[in-house]
Amino acid sequence: MRIRKELFADERRDDFREVGVGRQRADALGHVTARSQYYDDRRIAGMLHMKLVRSPHHHARIRAIDMSAAERLPGVKRIITAKDVPNNLYTVLALINVGIPDEPALAFDKVRYKGEPIVAVVADSERAACEAVARVRVDYDPLAAVFDVEDALKSGAPLVNEYHGRNTFNYEGRDHQRVRFGDVERAFAQADHVIEERYQMSPIEHAPTEPQGCIAVPADDHRITCYTNTQALFFSLDVTAMILKVSPDKLHFIGGTVGGGFGGKVDTLVEPLCILGAMLTNRPVRLAFSREEEMQAGPPRGAERIFIKDGVMKDGRIVARYMRIYEDSGAYSRLSPYGAVKAAAHCPGPYSIPNVFCDAYCVYTNRTPSTAMRGFGVTASDFAIEVQMDKLARLVGMNPFEFRILNAYRDGDTKAHRKKTEGAALIECVLAAADLANVPIADSYRTMSSRQGGGAAPGAMPATPPARPQPGVQRPAAGDRLASIFGERRR
Amino acid sequence: MQTPVQFRLNDEERAEFVDSGARLLGLLRDKVGVTSPKSGCQQGTCGCCTVLIDGAPYLSCLVLAETCAGKSIETVEGLAKGTAYHPLQLAFMEHFAAQCGYCTSGMLMAAKALLDRNANPTRADVIDAICGNVCRCTGYQPIIEAILAAAKRGVARTA
Amino acid sequence: MPLAVKTFDKLRDVASALGADAGARYLGGGTLLVRAVNEGDVGVTTLVRATDRGLREIRPSGLRTSLGAAVTMAEVAAHPDLRFLASVARSIGGPAIRNMATVGGNLFAPYPFGDFSVALIALGATVAVHSGASARDVPVEDFLGSTDRHNRTLVSGVAFRRPDAEKNFRFLKVSRTRPKGPSVLSIAAHLTMSGTRVSSARIAYGAMAPTAMRAKAVEAALTGKTLDEAGIAAALAVALNGCAPQTDAYASEWYRREVLPVHLRRLLLG
Repeated sequence: MRIRKELFADERRDDFREVGVGRQRADALGHVTARSQYYDDRRIAGMLHMKLVRSPHHHARIRAIDMSAAERLPGVKRIITAKDVPNNLYTVLALINVGIPDEPALAFDKVRYKGEPIVAVVADSERAACEAVARVRVDYDPLAAVFDVEDALKSGAPLVNEYHGRNTFNYEGRDHQRVRFGDVERAFAQADHVIEERYQMSPIEHAPTEPQGCIAVPADDHRITCYTNTQALFFSLDVTAMILKVSPDKLHFIGGTVGGGFGGKVDTLVEPLCILGAMLTNRPVRLAFSREEEMQAGPPRGAERIFIKDGVMKDGRIVARYMRIYEDSGAYSRLSPYGAVKAAAHCPGPYSIPNVFCDAYCVYTNRTPSTAMRGFGVTASDFAIEVQMDKLARLVGMNPFEFRILNAYRDGDTKAHRKKTEGAALIECVLAAADLANVPIADSYRTMSSRQGGGAAPGAMPATPPARPQPGVQRPAAGDRLASIFGERRR
Repeated sequence: MQTPVQFRLNDEERAEFVDSGARLLGLLRDKVGVTSPKSGCQQGTCGCCTVLIDGAPYLSCLVLAETCAGKSIETVEGLAKGTAYHPLQLAFMEHFAAQCGYCTSGMLMAAKALLDRNANPTRADVIDAICGNVCRCTGYQPIIEAILAAAKRGVARTA
Repeated sequence: MPLAVKTFDKLRDVASALGADAGARYLGGGTLLVRAVNEGDVGVTTLVRATDRGLREIRPSGLRTSLGAAVTMAEVAAHPDLRFLASVARSIGGPAIRNMATVGGNLFAPYPFGDFSVALIALGATVAVHSGASARDVPVEDFLGSTDRHNRTLVSGVAFRRPDAEKNFRFLKVSRTRPKGPSVLSIAAHLTMSGTRVSSARIAYGAMAPTAMRAKAVEAALTGKTLDEAGIAAALAVALNGCAPQTDAYASEWYRREVLPVHLRRLLLG
């Protein structure tokens, strides 16, 4: 690894002792001797096992739940349903006063995704718990389901989540998060070229080698100790306290090494039910996802569908970027409203574009609720933006590296969400990458830099047309005009 | 019903009473207290539970414990002799072959099975040896390098 | 109820135990059955094992080779007289799976597994099926679609004629993860040559139908032809006859249909 100390030399100290030196991981010895402790590397006397009854339907009403056969099974200690959960309806973002309770810890009237948990069984062996799960009878009325973000927004689409009343998250009265900067419509009219593309990303399963799980143990001081592989120890503790309506100081969460998280172990899906099981039985309880549960019910990276329309001049300057982003939240919000905000904030990418318009929707579908993964909300956006940049470069006949250098933001440029650019280094990265890939770069681009005024005059902050409020309709005029450009009817 | 099973574990004689139908993975982790083999899938597809039985790799999540009578079982706990670590352990540390570490036990035993019978494996041999072990963190390259490096170092122990 | 395990020496005692208990299943290598138990299939209540050493025998006597049902993929791959089957055995799982997966078990493996059966069909193999005290030999391609297989009737081994020349037996397996993984598809071909022309052919596909299948149209179209582009053209034209591939997590039906002729061409041209 080479550190390019000559770049931004006046901004850095040259006294690295650890950076650039290969050091063994602090846990390397533990990993190769199997001394690294994962939550499950302990057995506690009297431990019981929890298994969950899960919906086989994508969308259905629950008519009845019959647990009588399961309750009679030898080895079954307790069967838990929604009425046993002190605060069954919740949303994780309530911890920061965002959103409304929209998800049950255990379903009671409806299931909204395949794999949604309905009943929790606690038994003295895993096999007994599995046998009990097989004997729980749930009567369903299947409902029409919707799996596509745009289908979910059409009139007549099945309503996924009644708590929201529509299939989008409510951002302060609007069904989308927005960025408005300049006047894209006017810029499109003046651009030499306008291109429009659609990008689609699938939900991605993290598939950690270690499935989610935890062991809850009644402790000696009326507290519960929970050994868990959550990536978000304090967050999960607070979510659990909220669902179980206990003071957070009643819970003692102990993490360990996480056997792969990648963002998929933040949704706190095992601790609340497992700890409730320990509270109700006064015994240690273990709840571990099977691999099938991890794949089906464990949250994937939220898929995004992204439309990008760009106006570009013959000389390569992008003058307008319109992005419409649909984030597939699945059946419940969890962290996805935040992911959509990040996607919008990221727009239009690390480039200074004088006119930017972004609408980002957090959409509910009957899919497994989605979550973060390595660049929450932003990775998909970057994929779309960078593929688009290559297409634009080809369109105007420019080297894609030089095209990016031309449009890159510099320090002092105002970003689309009106923050000033600071500490930019894109141009230097692009030049270094070009050198490594033996891509020739013209001298005029080699002399550009990310510093203020580094090779391009910063654009004057453009005027943004004011939104004209319309009675009874939460949609600004600009949105309507763009809707007609795309030739679609919107709700 | 419980069955008495006698076997060798990392060169020590053991005798355990085994529940009918119990798998070797559960016996090792829950009864014996050897937690190096991990439960990753319970399907035989991830390799995290790999142990050696009479020198050959097996998926302990699929092996019935009672079929191990008279067998010699090796796990990670038996690799080091005191602080004399096995060349594979040293190589994994030096080559960043473990990140979250969950696949590491299975990888080490699969690699040991290879090096015990083939002291000079090719890269293709190494890939075949670990093709039943899933890693979600490293991208496999550091693991392959570590195994090849350990082979070069030889299976003689460092003092 | 805890899982019960019963061990017998002889298959006929195993058959009695299975017949007496609806929740009993025969345990071969465990790669499918123990997996199902682990995943919560509580319909399996008893595992029945046989220790008869005859089930582990490999008998390459003369032209007709027999493999006991409990012979593992690793044992096939390592046997000096079964080199033509080594690539097949090595394609089935990683090293640990190969130490456990059996010839007999592979006959019962669900779609898209069962690549060893594909090779067996190409070799014209028969399987020894147990009914009562006797066993009868059934061609593998007939066994796979039979009620015997559906009812999980016990099998004790397979037998086949060895190919005259190792190079006359070809096998390829396409999977998304390499070097092993569940099949997108597999193809086995046993070609008997007369000079440069194919005098007879047995071709089998895996994952191109609910069970491994014979590609009879391809066999007919290859007979009498040379193994070059012109000679195999007629065979490629009927490559998909009789195929009914499924869509699963590994590949779509469409993809399997698209690439089968490509891989068949590569296999035939060598």
